[in-house]
Amino acid sequence: MRLVVERVSKTFADRRGRDVVALSQVDFTVESREFVALLGPSGCGKSTLLNIIGGLLPLTSGQVYFEGEPRPGRPVTATVFQEFALFPWRTVRANVEFGLEEVGVSGLDRIERTRRYLDMAGLAGFERRYPHQLSGGMRQRVGIARALAVEPAVLLLDEPFSALDAQTRTLMMDELLGIWERTRQSILYVTHNIQEAVFMADRVVVLSRRPGEVLDVVPIKLDRPRHSGQQSSAPFVQAADRIWGLIKSQAEAALLESEGLAESGA
Amino acid sequence: MAVERLVVVDRTAFLRRPDHRTVRVIALVGLVLLWEAITRTGRVSALFLPAPSGVLVEGWDMLRSGQLLVHLGTSLARLAWGFGIGAAAGIAVGVAVGFFSLAEAVVQPIIAATFPIPKIALLPLLILWLGIGEASKIAVVALGVFFPMAINTYAGVRQADPLLIRAAVSFGAGPWSVIRKVVVPSALPMVFAGLRLGAGIALLLLVAAEQIAADAGIGFLILQSGNLMETTRLMVGIVVLSMLGVLSYWALGALERAVIRWRH
Repeated sequence: MRLVVERVSKTFADRRGRDVVALSQVDFTVESREFVALLGPSGCGKSTLLNIIGGLLPLTSGQVYFEGEPRPGRPVTATVFQEFALFPWRTVRANVEFGLEEVGVSGLDRIERTRRYLDMAGLAGFERRYPHQLSGGMRQRVGIARALAVEPAVLLLDEPFSALDAQTRTLMMDELLGIWERTRQSILYVTHNIQEAVFMADRVVVLSRRPGEVLDVVPIKLDRPRHSGQQSSAPFVQAADRIWGLIKSQAEAALLESEGLAESGA
Repeated sequence: MAVERLVVVDRTAFLRRPDHRTVRVIALVGLVLLWEAITRTGRVSALFLPAPSGVLVEGWDMLRSGQLLVHLGTSLARLAWGFGIGAAAGIAVGVAVGFFSLAEAVVQPIIAATFPIPKIALLPLLILWLGIGEASKIAVVALGVFFPMAINTYAGVRQADPLLIRAAVSFGAGPWSVIRKVVVPSALPMVFAGLRLGAGIALLLLVAAEQIAADAGIGFLILQSGNLMETTRLMVGIVVLSMLGVLSYWALGALERAVIRWRH
């Protein structure tokens, strides 16, 4: 199924009761089997937009819909959270099973699918651990397996690797790309990191700072499967430069703004 | 010029807190031995301070004659019913009040108004309503347990991580799923803290109720022995109470470790 975000605006009241426009007339799509990155400087409302798409936040105007043939028992979205959001009282296996329980997959089917996605995420042998016994990278693998297991129409990832150290992040990006090559699961990937977006995505939707508007949609013309050698290639550098040109002045403005204001838009 | 050597020493030594396991045992045993020694000097009348050995012998006799078991059994039955009913009601109300804003609006002012009442003051009223039998004693224990349970469970539910609740909802969980799979497990540590608080209060109220209106139970045994100046029997009752308190604390700790496996 394809995801359509159509003229979505979001206004909310700040602490003093004044209206703040977080998103203004945002338009873009995620086609079936496509990997789209949503990129913007801090305070551009990209997490707000992801929450709206995930049905966790009401929008002010516009609409979000999915087009195509719905498959029963398959939710339209599943989210991988920046802070992992694993249930500490559930083992790795039970965390991955959570979504399947809620969509009503039971019995052998649940056991089989749980095992398949545990294997895919590199968690074989860790099924009985609790989240606190895992490293950050392993925890996010559980978060990814949990979201993949429900086989959503579009997988939403909210800065999934930004809480990890740099080396782990590089490894996890390769792994996510590997999973995408195998499943061609439609992905909407939120990030503030240009290299990350260009390296992984088919298209990069660039958002401006508040009010968040689509500045441009940059197609990435790099061969698949992607490999780290491409990061010094001309198309890669050109795309990264073009995106940096779009948001540089905005990132500078974000730097000068106080934490409190930036936070209220997140 | 003289060359000096300044060796670095650990400056945190005085902050260390070793376990002193042997000291713990010696302290308790030493107190009992001191008590025994004082009674053996003959300067203190056994009427005021019976010897620990005497208390032990008396306890053993009462156990063999079966009268201790009658009192203990009566008290334990009241405790179990009162504690069980109060804890179950407290947890249910705490979860409802913590999760549903309407329940919070209805119940919170009522709890705020009734919580400060010393529960033992309600015993005469409960006897009027429920009679002088078991029901009124069970009710006063249940009331005493209910409040800390409800308040602790409420606090535990309010502390549930909103991110985990949102994650559950994002995977399609409805309100009952969220309560069962996120809110209740989040609240469990606070629930167990409430159970320990409740156990202490239950013992206190039980003994008070048994000393006001009862013809059996540890509280009754202590009061009656006091009236008859049978100090040794009185001491047996007090030692049994102390053991009950220690035992319930230990049992709740074991239960907590069994239920909350994910923490250590």
